[in-house]
Amino acid sequence: MMIVAEGLKKSYTSGGRPLPVLRSIDLEIAAETFISIVGPSGSGKTTLLGLLAGLDEPSGGKVLLDGVDLFALSEDGRAAFRSEKVGFVFQTFHLLPTLTAVENVLVPLELRGQAAHARGEAEALLDRVGLGDRLDHYPAQLSGGEQQRVALARAFANRPRILFADEPTGNLDHATGAAIVQMLEELNREARTTLVLVTHDLALAERAHRVISLADGRIISDREGSAGPPGSIGASGSPMGPGFEEDNPATVSP
Amino acid sequence: MSLRAGEGSPLRVRFAWRLALRELRHSLRRVGVHMGSITLGVAALVSIHSFREDFARSVQDEADVLMGANARLAADAPFAPEVEAILDSLRSEGVSVARVTTLSSMVLGGPTETVRLLQVRAIEPGYPYYGAVETTPEGRWGAHLEPGRALVDGAVLTQLGLAVGDTLVVGRARLEVAGTVDDLPTDVAFQTAIGPRVILSHQTLDEAGLLGFGSLARFEAYVRLPREEDRRGLRERYGEVLRTADVGYRLAEEQARRLSNGVRFLGRFLAMVGLAALLLGGVGVASAIHVYIRERRPGIAVLRCLGAGEKTAFLVYLIQAALLGFFGAAAGAVLGVVLQAVMPFVLAGVLPVDVTTRLSVPSVLAGMGIGVWMAVVFALVPLLQVRDVPPLVALRQDFEAPSRRRDWAKIGARALLVLSVVGLCAVEAPDVELGVGFAVALAVASLLIGSVGRGIMIATRRFFPTTASYPVRQGVSNLFRPQNQTMSVTLALGFGAFVIGTIVQIGGSLRHDLTVSFDSGQPNLLLFDIQTDQLAGIRSLLGEGVESQASPLVTSRIARINGRTPEELRQTEDREERPEGWALRREYRNTYREDLGRAEQLVAGRWWDGTPAPTDPTRVEAGDLARLSLELDVAESLRVGLGDTITWDVAGMEVASVVTSLRRVEWDRLEPNFYAILEPGALEAAPQSVIMVARVPDAAERHRVQRELVGSFPNVSALDFSRVQEAIEGVLSRVRQAVAFLGGFSAFAGILVLIGALATSRAQRLREGALLKTLGARRSQVLTVLFSEYLALGSIATASGLVLAVAASALVVPAVFEVDYTVRLGSVAAIWVAVVALTVVTGLLGSRDLLRRPPLPILREAPE
Repeated sequence: MMIVAEGLKKSYTSGGRPLPVLRSIDLEIAAETFISIVGPSGSGKTTLLGLLAGLDEPSGGKVLLDGVDLFALSEDGRAAFRSEKVGFVFQTFHLLPTLTAVENVLVPLELRGQAAHARGEAEALLDRVGLGDRLDHYPAQLSGGEQQRVALARAFANRPRILFADEPTGNLDHATGAAIVQMLEELNREARTTLVLVTHDLALAERAHRVISLADGRIISDREGSAGPPGSIGASGSPMGPGFEEDNPATVSP
Repeated sequence: MSLRAGEGSPLRVRFAWRLALRELRHSLRRVGVHMGSITLGVAALVSIHSFREDFARSVQDEADVLMGANARLAADAPFAPEVEAILDSLRSEGVSVARVTTLSSMVLGGPTETVRLLQVRAIEPGYPYYGAVETTPEGRWGAHLEPGRALVDGAVLTQLGLAVGDTLVVGRARLEVAGTVDDLPTDVAFQTAIGPRVILSHQTLDEAGLLGFGSLARFEAYVRLPREEDRRGLRERYGEVLRTADVGYRLAEEQARRLSNGVRFLGRFLAMVGLAALLLGGVGVASAIHVYIRERRPGIAVLRCLGAGEKTAFLVYLIQAALLGFFGAAAGAVLGVVLQAVMPFVLAGVLPVDVTTRLSVPSVLAGMGIGVWMAVVFALVPLLQVRDVPPLVALRQDFEAPSRRRDWAKIGARALLVLSVVGLCAVEAPDVELGVGFAVALAVASLLIGSVGRGIMIATRRFFPTTASYPVRQGVSNLFRPQNQTMSVTLALGFGAFVIGTIVQIGGSLRHDLTVSFDSGQPNLLLFDIQTDQLAGIRSLLGEGVESQASPLVTSRIARINGRTPEELRQTEDREERPEGWALRREYRNTYREDLGRAEQLVAGRWWDGTPAPTDPTRVEAGDLARLSLELDVAESLRVGLGDTITWDVAGMEVASVVTSLRRVEWDRLEPNFYAILEPGALEAAPQSVIMVARVPDAAERHRVQRELVGSFPNVSALDFSRVQEAIEGVLSRVRQAVAFLGGFSAFAGILVLIGALATSRAQRLREGALLKTLGARRSQVLTVLFSEYLALGSIATASGLVLAVAASALVVPAVFEVDYTVRLGSVAAIWVAVVALTVVTGLLGSRDLLRRPPLPILREAPE
């Protein structure tokens, strides 16, 4: 198993009282699977994603990523682990505004001290997402879709085993979002990554091998997506296919 | 566009006020820290203004005590008979008069044989008429009037290594130290620091034989005239007589006013520093408001969508800025009042009177008003951006309204800012010219520091090695992040570094020059008040092989120039032709000698032996008049040139001379130099004293010379230049400390701006740090990013300030102080390290929670 979560819990304190967000999640995700996590606002999707990636500390339970007990590591240990094996795509892109596109893609490699021979690779990745001619543009000079494509290239730069994507199309118009998803799927297939996608977009979620629905901090359903089980990738229809957007995607709160 | 207010969206003041109050919590967090620099500036202004008032009031209340009398007559020579007559008639009317005579003399400590040049002051009974003198042992005031006894300042005992009851030698008199004077109410600031005193009676002074002919002494008579009309009447009756006799007459209240004027000047100088802090704070406020308004764009757009007009939206934020300014200024006023109360204790040893503090409502209100006004005026230009947020931004965040072509509001706001700053400087400065100059200097310095800073930034960006490790490059590139406040921090910190750097550079050069002058084979011992017949004895006392140079001093006054008396000359209509008063009236100490001195250069005419001046070798025939060589400046002041005649009054005898040459003199050489030199033969018969310089390299030998002088030639005073050097260095270092304090104040204001900038960009920093951690950065890497950023920021700021400091010193030192300038790299490096360390520490402390908090909650907070 690439990802294992056992009895994962998280609560925040709100007004002096604990406010449970995740109430004991058990989950196993096989390598090279594409799973999506859906659910209404406040159901705990992003919290789950953050815990699976070791970005936040759980109130209980544990997470094994590629066999490593994430929370037995120090914060630096988790950072080093992410640097080796994990990639991210965010709803709000989160590019560093002071770096050019190619420099942004280089960040994960440079954090591992691999910058010297990596530039060509970063350029190739940007070329792959169709930004070969915008290498030296700053984020402010790029459109939203272009920024997210840079973020995609960055996510794949360190050849991650696992890729986490949090509402990657949430801030994009429909057509741009669809293009991003297609690219995400292709890159995922080529790199044989395990992909965990959090989204409101049910049509997008359906493209996964597995769709996990959360409500009120619990898994309420865990079923196959239209892509079928792993190995039957590519069965989905057009990325422009039917779908609807749930309420305002910008307001995800714990 | 700004004229559209009438177009259906009326100005809603009450709404704006309520909304502003609601938003205040948020803005307080983001911009509030910047008001700290407003607080600092207002505190400085309030405390300085209030204390100035306290001081002036206290000094005026104690005017009589400060003088020890109600009025004073003073002169640099014994009173003329007509003045004595006035004093006699006062005494016969029952008015108390006490004489005080002060001069410098060598004093030898009996048991220790230590010699120092000290102030000797003879005081007649009764003085001071006001205030109590404190002595140790208690109640000894008056003991100095007894034969063979003296009172001394405590410092005399330390300097000579004596105790009360020991003997000291003043001239020919051996005196027992009857006690020390701990507090003489007439002492003003630092008086005792300049020269510790030995206090004795006039009879003892005569016995000591210190007052030879031409001795440098000050003669005073203190008068007790409690009724104001009496002391003013005295001036009306005798003013003319006193003026002609060169005797100054001053009332106690006039002296007090002068004293408080001196402190007022100092206060105004300090107020300028407070002002500089306030203005630096203003720059910080402007930059913070700019960023804050950029961030509030979506909110402002929503307001506009909901029907608020441009002006209403603008007013919401103007009210917030004014309220924040008010809080900052109010905190400053409170701090200022506290400082005001503390100041008398801090300055206790320095102030001449006990200062009572009183809450000065005008000072507090003025300080607060200035603070609020500055906050608003600096905020105004960035606040005007609010009008440029169209409602459409609520739907499309990156929508930019077309820019206004000629924005009168913005032009007006800028003009108001400039006028306010210049006006404030003009009001606060000692005079308007200085104030405007200060404002201009501030602007030029800011502009230069800004340009140098920008240059360094551009160079850093272009040439920073791409091979540097990623966290370092990321840190450096953070200086250029959107909405960065690098420039305002550079300005504020750079300004502090500039002030400190300039002081240290100039101070260092002066001290170096001082050391060189004293060590380079120049004379180091000055002997004065020598009588002509003592000359041979003193030469033999100095010993064989000691270089010495003696010059006779002949005290003279100008009787006529080209046949006209000073009184007639003063009536000259044409200002250009009228000689300057000081040059006509002063007492000249002339000399006669064969050769031109080493510090002199002939610029016109010929020397006695016919040597011509290179530029103007005109030969003047003297006939039977004595030939005279005048110093260039004094010749200019007297409006005389080659061929003009000057008749000198030398102790009642007239000596007629004609100007046959003009000299330029390097006054700063440690040699006796003169305005007027006559040819040998002209003055030998006149009453005269001699001044002598000698070089005695060995300190112990100098000590012996001084000791033996006291025994054999009591009227002769010796000045050991190495002591002078110490004294000058002492004064210099005190001045340096004071100015360095001011520099420190600016640097502190700079740090406040930095803290404010960190607070403003906090959200962005947190997000970037969290992102890096998400992408796999270890804490140490995030720390390196931050460290590099603050190191680069501090370095750029400090470097801009220091580059300018070195440039300014290189200009000022040779031009103003006429001293060679070399860069003092050690001190430059020290300042650099100090300011950069301060920046890095402040920055890292301000970013602690960035390292502490897990990344996810931060990344999910409000997006950029």
